[in-house]
Amino acid sequence: MTQFAARDFHPFEAGGNRYLYLVPSAGVVRLDRASDAVLSTVAQEPGSVGELTSRLSDRFAADEVASAVEELLHIQAIGVAAEPRKRMLKVLPSSAVPLQTMVLNVTSKCNLACTYCYEYGEDRVVDEEAAEMPRFLDEETARQSVDFMFEEAGPNPVVNLTFFGGETLLNFPVLKTTLAYARERGDALGKKVQFSLTTNATLLKPEIVQWLIDNEVGVTVSIDGPKEMQDRFRVFHNGKGSYEVVLPKIRDLLQRHTAKPIGARVTLTRQNLDIIGIYRHLSEEVGFQQVGFAPVTTANGRDYAIEDGENGYDLMLQQFQALAWEFLEYTVAGRRHAFSNVTETLEEIHKGVSKAYPCGAGVGLVGVATNGDVGLCHRFAGSDEHRLGSVGEGIDVEKQREFLDRNHLANKTDCHTCWARPLCAGGCYHEAHTRYGSTEHANLHYCEWIRAWTHTCLEVYGELAERAPHVLERIGN
Amino acid sequence: MKHIQSINGKARRIEAHLAEEAGAASAGNHDVVGLEGGGPPQPNLPLGCTFLFSPGWETDSTGGTAGLCSPVERDLFDCHLGCFWPAQVPDQLNHAPDWIGKCATAQKDWRNIDLVFP
Repeated sequence: MTQFAARDFHPFEAGGNRYLYLVPSAGVVRLDRASDAVLSTVAQEPGSVGELTSRLSDRFAADEVASAVEELLHIQAIGVAAEPRKRMLKVLPSSAVPLQTMVLNVTSKCNLACTYCYEYGEDRVVDEEAAEMPRFLDEETARQSVDFMFEEAGPNPVVNLTFFGGETLLNFPVLKTTLAYARERGDALGKKVQFSLTTNATLLKPEIVQWLIDNEVGVTVSIDGPKEMQDRFRVFHNGKGSYEVVLPKIRDLLQRHTAKPIGARVTLTRQNLDIIGIYRHLSEEVGFQQVGFAPVTTANGRDYAIEDGENGYDLMLQQFQALAWEFLEYTVAGRRHAFSNVTETLEEIHKGVSKAYPCGAGVGLVGVATNGDVGLCHRFAGSDEHRLGSVGEGIDVEKQREFLDRNHLANKTDCHTCWARPLCAGGCYHEAHTRYGSTEHANLHYCEWIRAWTHTCLEVYGELAERAPHVLERIGN
Repeated sequence: MKHIQSINGKARRIEAHLAEEAGAASAGNHDVVGLEGGGPPQPNLPLGCTFLFSPGWETDSTGGTAGLCSPVERDLFDCHLGCFWPAQVPDQLNHAPDWIGKCATAQKDWRNIDLVFP
């Protein structure tokens, strides 16, 4: 008799029901009592249909067990015990991937001097003095970048152009002309361009806000929270805190720019981990519609690095979880909740994303430096080692292919037994580069964290499926 | 499925795929479903080597038999490249990589195709 054994999946519970997150397909299914019992029994010890039937005979009829086995086999939650497990396939994109997003660094200069900044701080990738990188993007290079973007976008009807820095608004004149040129070229080519920009908000002025509104530019504000947190790291070059400067400007922006959700993007450090406090302040007191958190990217041992254990990653996780459960209650009650870390993960779970690469860097997304060099993403823009081409020459397809070959999940053997790999795929290249000196390395320092957080998001997803299935249909729209 | 309910988009796609496979299996169509309709109506294109630039030896590009493989010499070696029904040719990956190296155009140079002995 054929023996069956459990394959890769991650179980979780919601509303008293057993769910599975299937690996690597990333399907989410709900089991009934029979299939749950069969799976639990097989997971304890492999068995044939006959053996399983006899082990479960007090609870389920033989035909129930047999049909449950068949269905579990179909979704590959179980497999034939004697057959080897499927090896991870390494399938590279067969042809050039059309560009979806270009992140354009309009300046490498900033009027703040945040200690932890990856662009200027101790862990910077680009050595600006050696590279002689222009501090500002000039109009000519900006136009070339826009032409490059449309060229590389191929058949994509929509492209995203994100302005990044440095502080983007230091180069407002070029922002303006670049956006106008991109709009004009987009109209001529029949393509829609979606614009967005990241800023520290120090230079927002009423006329700039009006320009953002008129041009439907999505805005992300880098901000760390209430005054004492914002002013700890986000300081001007003279060491003065920026909170008092940015707050009135942000309030003006939020009040008037209502067509697009304005996001707050918080950098978490060892000293700045009161996530719930920050969330309350930014969403409820200041009024951001989206608040997202990211731990600071840093080499190990820096003063601001988040440490392992109860004062570091554990503390962060507990608060993320508390906000995720709060998100669930708000959503079920039909109320809006601004915690965007959970919505982003839920969207990926809902689609069933199964990644070979952690993000779109180098495949569909590129970062352009002020000298026109094309890099993996904005964090690598200007780094010679991670250069994929230039806006004048286009993307070097050979280099891109080589990058995709080297960084495929199939090479990250550390990840091959992890159930969270369809969503994580080893984590941020830049984080890995900073921590381990290579984009190819899996980010092993936060594996436990990622698994715990993904598990929470799966539970929230399951609860939504139980309590508010109509909401799932809206996710991603 | 009776015991397992698909919740997210990927699970539904898996389920649809399984249902499609089961349907095809019960109808006795296993492999070549793509050629046999089933699915939305397709334009009626001739299949095989006749529908592009290489005329074939079953039907010509108009669907008749008047213009079969012209020049006829092409089917000495062209079918294995351009046709969905590969002709038997020497192992050009390992054993005889240059066997058509001297044959630039079939009609003129077909005599230059190498003789290959396995």
